[in-house]
Amino acid sequence: MNLAITELRRRPGRFVTAGVILFLIATLLMVLGGLSDGLNGGNDGAVRAQPVELLVFADTAERSIVQSLVAADVRSTVTGVPGVEAVGALRLTQLGARRDGGDPRDLIDVSVFGTELGVLDIAQIPAGEAWADRRLEELGVDAGTTLLLGPARTPVTIRGFLDDTAYLAQGTIWVDDAAFAALVAENKPDEVLADGDQQVLQVRLEPGADPSAAAAAIDAATGGTETLTRADAAAAIEPIDGGVLQSIIIVTTVIAAAVVALFFALLTSERLGLYGVLKAIGARNRTLFAGVMVQAVLLTLVALAVAVPLTIAFDALVPPDSILFALDPARMATSAALLLLASIVGAALTLRRVLRIEPASVIGTAS
Amino acid sequence: MNTTPSNSSSNASLVLDGVRKVFPTGDTEVVAVDDVHLEIAPGEIVALVGPSGSGKTTLCSIAGGILTPTSGRVAVAGTDISSFSAKELTGFRQQRIGFVFQSVNLVPFLTARENLLIVDELGARRRADARRRADQLLDELGLTDRAGNLPSQLSGGQRQRVAIGRALMNQPGLVLFDEPTSALDTKLGDQVMQLIHTEMKARSTAAIVVTHDERITRYADRTVHMSDGRLASAPLAAVH
Repeated sequence: MNLAITELRRRPGRFVTAGVILFLIATLLMVLGGLSDGLNGGNDGAVRAQPVELLVFADTAERSIVQSLVAADVRSTVTGVPGVEAVGALRLTQLGARRDGGDPRDLIDVSVFGTELGVLDIAQIPAGEAWADRRLEELGVDAGTTLLLGPARTPVTIRGFLDDTAYLAQGTIWVDDAAFAALVAENKPDEVLADGDQQVLQVRLEPGADPSAAAAAIDAATGGTETLTRADAAAAIEPIDGGVLQSIIIVTTVIAAAVVALFFALLTSERLGLYGVLKAIGARNRTLFAGVMVQAVLLTLVALAVAVPLTIAFDALVPPDSILFALDPARMATSAALLLLASIVGAALTLRRVLRIEPASVIGTAS
Repeated sequence: MNTTPSNSSSNASLVLDGVRKVFPTGDTEVVAVDDVHLEIAPGEIVALVGPSGSGKTTLCSIAGGILTPTSGRVAVAGTDISSFSAKELTGFRQQRIGFVFQSVNLVPFLTARENLLIVDELGARRRADARRRADQLLDELGLTDRAGNLPSQLSGGQRQRVAIGRALMNQPGLVLFDEPTSALDTKLGDQVMQLIHTEMKARSTAAIVVTHDERITRYADRTVHMSDGRLASAPLAAVH
């Protein structure tokens, strides 16, 4: 191991090419991860922000809020299922928002949610209040700003902001169910539902109740619903990029493994004589192999040490309303772990080559 | 052919008894070493000479535990290594055998001192003792002021001396020299052989010197000729 580290220290030139490539790949992985999170992270925040355990969709809705329609009688059935503590309505519509007194052409697309059981830690949104996702703040909306929603220009005044409640990459506005019904009646009369009908039901369970069992019980009782846990409902939302960025990340990781494998395969070819000598004087295969591993891991750590601050700088330089880029520490850690894993796998591919080196090759075998 | 010294004893540093090595090549076999009997006493230096392809390097590799014989018995300092596994042979070489290779083969990014210490790093890891021993060997080899130099900063003779020091680091019972002077001019070759002679005798360490060069046999206690995989008789060489 000392041998491997000493070589890295004394002959850094040999590792520059692989190090630079790994650094570029590390940066690419992290930027792609940030773009993916920027695009898709604001996709399901509104669902994850539900302060309930279960969401009940119509079984024909394909887990989509806008396509779901739950009849009035279903609500009472759900309320009667054992373990259910409270049932509320969750409704969604998409509208354009303008600042009161601003340029009429300065339109922000928003998803407006009406909720009976609140959002995040707001148990119930008081009548007349509206809360907005933090994205709207980044777009210049302040607390106290009055927004005019939809073609009827229904005024709502933003009371404050909520973190990570975006939906399908749009900022959201949260109002109580009655305000939502009025808003839809004014702006989208074709979306007005029959009395008591809802799009989706929020279900809060009694403490200790098993969500999976309760979901099954609800669906069995109603006979026409698909009840999902909050996590499953969030996961059901298709990524905006159709998973393209995730695919690129996977391919990039495989390329990283291939680069490391090729690099160390070449390096091992150059070291056949040296490894032969070391084996002759008593080096074990595992010692030599561990040296290759240590070099691959250290090289990757150095590449990451440069790539991480560069990605953070990139995030700081990107204006919030330009590229959808979100820097998530967990995502960066995942990218780093992926690259490390790729390096280890790549370096591991040299194992066979190291094993095949004969110490006898150093002094010939049949002279 | 049996080539044993007149003072053959049971505490021999090396015993090769009926050693045979066959390499399969496709459908046929090449007999590289055939029925070799050789015994080397502690402190004895044996020059192994012969033309290319005669099997001397194969024999040297078998004696050093790098290759296993197809048949026959190999014992180094009383330990029969004939049936050792590859792993056991690795450990045995690490502790009991010294090697000096034809092209020196020092680790290019390690200093002279570190090239000696690597033997300890690969093996017992007696760090403080190893450092003391490395310094002592470098001193004996006249390399104290070159201890911090990389191989590329050393002359050919100095590099060969470092290689000798490395071979002696594990206090081996047997040191194998593969053409140790082939890369050196005559004068330097003589100096290196003199050094080998002095160091082996001072430590009572047995040595086999594989060489093409009949001139350096005068530094050996005995010269063994090899031809077509077999040992031939030879007169005792004059000890320098």
